[in-house]
Amino acid sequence: MGVRTWLGSWPVRRQLTGDDPLGRGAAAESAHTRSLRPRTDTADRVVKSVCPYCAVGCAQNVYVSGGRVVQIEGDPDSPVSRGRLCPKGSATLQLTTGDARRHEVLYRRPYGTEWERLDLDTALDMVVERVVRTRRETWQWEQDGLPVNRTLGLAALGGAALDNEENYLIKKLLTGLGVVQVENQARVCHSSTVAGLGTSFGRGGATTFLQDLQNSDCIVIEGSNFAEAHPVGFQWVMEAKARGAKVIHVDPRFTRTSALADLYVPIRAGTDIAFLGGIVNHVLSTGSDFREYVLDYTNAATIVGEDFRDTEDLDGVFSGLDPETGHYDMTSWQYEGCGTVQSAAGERDALFEERTRGGRTTAAAGRAEAYGSGGAALADESASHQDRSLQHPRCVYQILKRHYARYTPELVEEVCGIPRDTFEEVCRTLVENSGRERTTEFCYAVGWTQHTVGAQYIRTACVLQLLLGNIGRPGGGIQALRGHASIQGSSDIPTLFNLLPGYIPMPHAHRNEDLDTFVEGVRTEKGYWGNMRAYVVSLLKSYFGEAATAENDFCFGHLPRLTGSHSTYETVLAQLDGVCRGYFLFGENPAVGSANSRLQRLGMANLEWLVVRDFSLIESATWWKDGPEVENGELRTEDIGTEVFFFPAASHTEKAGSFTNTNRMLQWHYPAKEPDGEARSDLWFVYHLGRRLKERLAGSADPMDRAFADLTWDYPTEGALEEPVAESVLAEINGRGPDGAPLSRYQELKDDGSTRCGCWIYCGVYADGVNQAARKKPHTEQDWIAAEWAWSWPANRRILYNRASADPDGAPWSDRKALVWWDPDKGGDGGGRWTGHDVPDFIADRPPSFRPEPGATGPDALSGIDPFIMQADGKGWLFAPAGLLDGPLPTHYEPQDSPVRNPLHPGQQRSPVRQLFSREGNRYHPDGTGPGAAVFPYVVTTYRLTEHFTAGGMTRWQPYLAELQPEFFCEVSPQLAAERGLEHTGWATVVTARGAVEARVLVTERMTPLRVAGRTVHQIGLPYHWGRNGFATGDSANELTSVALDPNVHIQEVKALSADIRAGRRPRGPDLPRLLADYRERAGISAETGMEVRG
Amino acid sequence: MSGRGNRRSRPAAPEPQEIQETRGAGPGSGSGAGSGSGSGADTKGRTGVNSRSGAAGSGTGAGHGERRPYAETYGNPARERSRGSVSDVTTDGVHGRRPDRAALVGGQDLRPDGARHGGGGRHRRQRGRRGRGGEPTVVPEARFEPAPASASPDGSGTSYYGRPILNRPSWSQWDIGGYFFLGGLAGAGSVLAAAAELTRRPRMARALKTTSTAAIAGSAAALIHDLGRPARFANMLRVCKPTSPMSVGSWLLAGYGPLTGAAAVSDLTGLLPRAGRTATVGAALLGPAVAAYTAVLAADTAVPGWHEGYRELPFVFTGSAATAAAGAALVAAPAAEAGPARSVALAGAGLETAAMTAMQRRLGLVAEVYRSGRAGRLLRTAQTLSAAGAAGAAASALLPRRGAGRGAGRAVAAVSGLALLASSACTRLGVFHAGLRSAEDPKYTVLPQRERLREREERRAREERPRGDG
Amino acid sequence: MSAGATQAYGTGRAPRGNLLAGPEPDVAGDAGHAQHPPRVGFFTDTSVCIGCKACEVACKEWNAIPARDGAASDEGAFTGMSYDNTGGLGADTWRHVAFIEQNKPLGLAQADVAHGAVDVLALAAQGSGTPPEQAAITPTTPPDRAHGHGAAPAAPYGPPEPDGRTELRWLMASDVCKHCTHAACLDVCPTGSLFRTEFGTVVVQEDICNGCGYCVPACPYGVIEQRAGDGRAFKCTLCYDRLGAGQEPACAKACPTDSIQFGPLDELRERAEARVAQLRDAGVADARLYGHDPEDGVGGDGAFFLLLDEPEVYGLPPDPVVTTRDLPDMWRHAGAAALALLGGAAALFAAHGSAGRRRPGGPARLLGLLGAPVSKGGHAR
Repeated sequence: MGVRTWLGSWPVRRQLTGDDPLGRGAAAESAHTRSLRPRTDTADRVVKSVCPYCAVGCAQNVYVSGGRVVQIEGDPDSPVSRGRLCPKGSATLQLTTGDARRHEVLYRRPYGTEWERLDLDTALDMVVERVVRTRRETWQWEQDGLPVNRTLGLAALGGAALDNEENYLIKKLLTGLGVVQVENQARVCHSSTVAGLGTSFGRGGATTFLQDLQNSDCIVIEGSNFAEAHPVGFQWVMEAKARGAKVIHVDPRFTRTSALADLYVPIRAGTDIAFLGGIVNHVLSTGSDFREYVLDYTNAATIVGEDFRDTEDLDGVFSGLDPETGHYDMTSWQYEGCGTVQSAAGERDALFEERTRGGRTTAAAGRAEAYGSGGAALADESASHQDRSLQHPRCVYQILKRHYARYTPELVEEVCGIPRDTFEEVCRTLVENSGRERTTEFCYAVGWTQHTVGAQYIRTACVLQLLLGNIGRPGGGIQALRGHASIQGSSDIPTLFNLLPGYIPMPHAHRNEDLDTFVEGVRTEKGYWGNMRAYVVSLLKSYFGEAATAENDFCFGHLPRLTGSHSTYETVLAQLDGVCRGYFLFGENPAVGSANSRLQRLGMANLEWLVVRDFSLIESATWWKDGPEVENGELRTEDIGTEVFFFPAASHTEKAGSFTNTNRMLQWHYPAKEPDGEARSDLWFVYHLGRRLKERLAGSADPMDRAFADLTWDYPTEGALEEPVAESVLAEINGRGPDGAPLSRYQELKDDGSTRCGCWIYCGVYADGVNQAARKKPHTEQDWIAAEWAWSWPANRRILYNRASADPDGAPWSDRKALVWWDPDKGGDGGGRWTGHDVPDFIADRPPSFRPEPGATGPDALSGIDPFIMQADGKGWLFAPAGLLDGPLPTHYEPQDSPVRNPLHPGQQRSPVRQLFSREGNRYHPDGTGPGAAVFPYVVTTYRLTEHFTAGGMTRWQPYLAELQPEFFCEVSPQLAAERGLEHTGWATVVTARGAVEARVLVTERMTPLRVAGRTVHQIGLPYHWGRNGFATGDSANELTSVALDPNVHIQEVKALSADIRAGRRPRGPDLPRLLADYRERAGISAETGMEVRG
Repeated sequence: MSGRGNRRSRPAAPEPQEIQETRGAGPGSGSGAGSGSGSGADTKGRTGVNSRSGAAGSGTGAGHGERRPYAETYGNPARERSRGSVSDVTTDGVHGRRPDRAALVGGQDLRPDGARHGGGGRHRRQRGRRGRGGEPTVVPEARFEPAPASASPDGSGTSYYGRPILNRPSWSQWDIGGYFFLGGLAGAGSVLAAAAELTRRPRMARALKTTSTAAIAGSAAALIHDLGRPARFANMLRVCKPTSPMSVGSWLLAGYGPLTGAAAVSDLTGLLPRAGRTATVGAALLGPAVAAYTAVLAADTAVPGWHEGYRELPFVFTGSAATAAAGAALVAAPAAEAGPARSVALAGAGLETAAMTAMQRRLGLVAEVYRSGRAGRLLRTAQTLSAAGAAGAAASALLPRRGAGRGAGRAVAAVSGLALLASSACTRLGVFHAGLRSAEDPKYTVLPQRERLREREERRAREERPRGDG
Repeated sequence: MSAGATQAYGTGRAPRGNLLAGPEPDVAGDAGHAQHPPRVGFFTDTSVCIGCKACEVACKEWNAIPARDGAASDEGAFTGMSYDNTGGLGADTWRHVAFIEQNKPLGLAQADVAHGAVDVLALAAQGSGTPPEQAAITPTTPPDRAHGHGAAPAAPYGPPEPDGRTELRWLMASDVCKHCTHAACLDVCPTGSLFRTEFGTVVVQEDICNGCGYCVPACPYGVIEQRAGDGRAFKCTLCYDRLGAGQEPACAKACPTDSIQFGPLDELRERAEARVAQLRDAGVADARLYGHDPEDGVGGDGAFFLLLDEPEVYGLPPDPVVTTRDLPDMWRHAGAAALALLGGAAALFAAHGSAGRRRPGGPARLLGLLGAPVSKGGHAR
């Protein structure tokens, strides 16, 4: 650079000659500064994607330069997120491009002490080899004389962060192989939602969508830490608040959600049913229910059979309980005179015998029978089965009234520790903001689902919302806040043992069960579940293709059969018992995230082989060398025979596919680049695993390979990596008609085998051969519903049951709550039509006045005032005559481990039918007044923080997130700190019969001691994200929790348990087991502790 | 205030005053306008900004959503509609939208009107409680809980968990302290050198020119050594900023350094005596500035211990500089020439002490940092040393020049000279540490500012009272 | 108030109008940017902040700021400052979310009951007040610890109010560089590394900064800092590079509840005043703006805040003043000091007169020591 130019560019010269004599601006600017351009501006392309963390489904723009992802930001076009991202979403660049990700296959040989490298090809072949071997060794044709044709030797867990296409292939492949132990995060996260919402309304998904929160007059957030777990979704709560909506937060802890609420209500963890039941009682006793709505849209008027006895009559249990087995016989809960009504969700096999006469009936007979008085009777509102005056002592309304009569403010105060004034304030606010003119919305998450009575928690909210007339209306409904990018999807296209795609139940083992008896067993007489056969046949056709014919029952026999529960927890026990020998983990970290993580690890230590697919070396992949058991000497690495394969996974920016967000919305994300090294998508893994298995088993004459041979497995691949084309899988999910053209609505499905559909509720997502999930029309160019952004099941409806937003005559209940209404002269054929802002969730041209012919079935049997079109009677169920194994009405029971004696039913501490497994390492605590209960005097609740994600696999390895919440801590009140001598920022050890963990102490008044049942109850808060690997390390709260499950859905109780806390760090090595033994001994814990059915 | 008033009434104003169902006018309009090139949606991130803000590129973000002036946007739904939301879903769409940023946080009372005492009442009561001492005003309750450990013992309660408001200067004491000291030594040295030369004290002049040259070189070296990127020291002359004492100082050094160097060289070699003389005089004229500007450098910061004393600090520094230079002279110059140096030593020490005393009086609370801790120790040492040095200098003057006492006189002068140099160094280090201390403890930042606010309130009250009466 | 402020800040003292202190309508223009866009900034409305820290992460991702190094579990990683484990703004933290738990109602959101003065220590010492048999203090609790000691962190926390309300509020606020109208860091920067952009923001030019560190003590908010190992100074750039391309800063874009609002400053100021009026009207009497006033000590901040309590509660100075406001006065005093040195020395030397003559003896030498003039040749004759 010449002196002249140098002088010319010398700032001092510019100071003297320019307008900036002080040299503070223009003159001081450097050449580099002038040339600055943001990498978002210089990027070669911008790829539309979706955030892989929680289920809000924030859209992302992925900026790519030179084949590298250089930036990831929110996509402002999204109607849900409007371009905003939470800290996790903002860290996705680090997640996908950070150096914490592994890109090579690792292998740990049996009894090996170190990882070894293995190339992808060899590793995959080895896995194929092991799958075949284990399957051969563990195949079952029969169990207890019933045909099962399956293997319990293999199991898979994971999928909630996977694409729908990946889940579809996993379920298809494993089902084809006869594997039933297929599970994912949805089990341990929101399975109770499906049963709770499904049995009440007909569908297992949230009844509304996030943006609709803006129309609420009152929002009750309970069992959810909305602002922390779903920060971007919370903007809609704020939007509602800006317009004057009241926000109430009910939670054991004062959280970041409470900080923004109008009213914070502290509650004892595990008592929400008593609280909600109290509100139900308030509504009923003050006659504040929305009567017209209740009368026509719920089963309030329906009369229940004479044999039914309530918990109030039988000291805490319903009629039909077998005290020996701890199971209910549900027949006595049925409606009067209508045979056996079927539920739209939940445990639909429970009534199989009754509905099919033991399956011995022929199809025809079965059908005729189902059509019998019962089936048909439901279709018309004949007075014989209904009392619209609601006075009949056995009508649901009266039963409900009696059932909740004792849930008084006083009882609520005694059970929940919520003072009367506060409680009454909540009741008043709710009632004031419900009815014709106003709507209230409930938001919940796993604070409700993860209990031994989880499904009933949600049922209580359903009952309340039905009574207040808030379902299907703008600003109303129940918002189930799900926690994983596609956890809704992994229930819809389930990697769940008990479901087939579209909530079709997996067949249980029955004698001589054919397709028709199966359908008879699980279909409903009325509503769209009446078309069950069409859904099942179409699924079998897409599974088995040409091999599935009417003659061979469409290969129905190929499906492996269930015998009881095969949930992830039973799977772990099966591993401990040596039954389950091979295990796949798809992006799941049970060693940290599942209840009683010690059992999880011991189970894995008893496996022959384990396949882990993840970004980094999570605890579930390394437990054999650095797990807690190895540390404290329970296990020696050299003695562990488990073979471990680690396959690096591809990130959401490296694969195409669809996530289904918490509101049933499928959003397509495009690949920004191919994965590096040996990282591959799960789609790739499953497809190529299946392909190689096909090659390996080609021409096998072994009958056990028949089903797998018939399984269709041809998907086009693309690129050097031979990545399967995700859209081809989506097309199969959507289904094809006889002509091979994509179907556009599930009503087109036939039961004669002429149509194929991989998931009937997703039918229409590929309508006209267009990927509807990939629609990205900016919300700024649409109305508030934004129906042209992505696609929601069913039929792109955003608010379910929206027929209920209009009165029986089809007019909006009020001017300010109009969503869908009947337009008498809109119909093309002169007749009227349902119209409105949203896609009507009803038969479009069925007038409000329509009443079905007697004997009509399926959709034809729906009357013009049946908003719940999936329900057997078209009504919202206040009372669930079927579907739930633990009772037709929610009742307050104490958690399995509770320091308090049940004040409502002194004779019945816990749910009589809860699912328990008392065994070494999974002992339970004595209850409230039992001897030794004092050893575990405090209530523990576990939860998430904004800064981390569930078991931490996607956050503890991200430095930007790790530094925000670097250490495992416990939250305690100043009073408890004083009582136990805990020092702020010091260490505390929390102990249960299962484990002990050490955590930093955070003393805060956000934890409030409660007065419950005449004593002070302290609660301890434990975020459960931490483990031993990654940047932010610490003990895992799940060392403390036990495997105690909800009988309906087998979800674990980790939101409320009892424990002790003491100052200082936990013992190391063998001292730890000794400490636990000492505690168990002092509490007098035995194999029988906490196992009672009655009492 | 009036400015904004006018703006509101300007016809151009309404557009920005609209709210949008998207991200609000703010982002996009700002960025759009900012870019000057943001208009039009490209397929990249900018679409985001645009679609979020309406049209980028214009300053106004004319966009989606209904138009409403801010005041209306931020209405109080609780009042506008006694219960429920003000937003309606009518058959022709949603009315009454408001952006989430308008959320009334803590703004709603769920109790029926009967039970509501009204926010005013509550807050009146709160103030009442304050009055009762239930809630102190300067140090709000529960602010530093639960973390007494993290709050500094005496500063706790004056800031967020007792943490410092200011960031601690990353300057090293030896570099910057030395830089202050050597700069002073050099600057004052040049003055004395010139004076010595003019009053025919050649050996003192030569000695001082030499020390000044060495000192200024050391000073510059220390400054460069303290840089985070020493290689870029030349950037100091990239601009010339009167608002930056360090910039001014850099230019000053750029001029002064060569002069004093030239003076020394010419003196030592005898070359170019005339030029040497000019350089000597030039250095002498710049010297005092070199000695004084470091005080401004320290004072022109947010560090309470330095800034609040900006009136006296220069005198402390020049006094200290004079002391140091005189000390050097006493060490280096023969007794015969040392007379004026002794006087300068006394005067310098006196000036330094007086200025320091005055400054501490002005500093009030902050003066603590000069009395206590490390700074206190250093400054007391400095005091002692300068006293001793001055006394020694005086004594040396009285000692006989002939016979037995002769060597003693020289020795005493040398020792007191060293004492004076040390004293000056201690003063600079003391001031340096006092500053750090005042920056580390939030109370020195917060309490004086609170006091200032209170006084302003009172003044305003006084000014308004008469109007109120009239 | 302007009168008081002008008086307080003596803007009149500054040369060339308001270049050093007081209101300055056109910062970018005064910095030599002709045809510049409107001044932009942040309005951070802490009343809608949910403390999610998206701003912190989005900022670090965009600007590739190093994460705190070292395993998290080392001492001090967990600060115990509520949910704040970041601490404060610095070289590696350009957005910082503060968490403050207070025993105080938030507007009308909490009970309208005076909780009065609670004897904290008593409360803490007494623990939950649960009878031992109910509290079930197992032998695991050292008897000496069962009471008192562990209660060190006892706050002035009241027990739950009779109606169950706890009068608890949890303040969250995202702090950032204020981009002052009169930015001390920029004024004192000797290299011109810190400069005023055409958007009126203050940015460090990393290719220029030589790490002299002067800006660090100059900042009255404790924002800018030198990065250890790098040497240069770093702070929020208000995403200068993004602004140039018509994109908003990363933090504002990410903010899930629009607590961080970006836009033209005058627009933001209007919006902010309306917002405060709304909150006050709704009974949130604590709501106040901070840094919005062009009359304040730094001439108003480019990034200002809506706070729900005194600034220092959030770690902000209550009445910051740009140090260079007093710079002219400083130069004056320095000048005086310099002259004193020059004059003083000259005088003393003059008093001593030229050397090399026979010096007066006895008392006269004492006089000479004090520089008193000694008449020449007085003793000659």
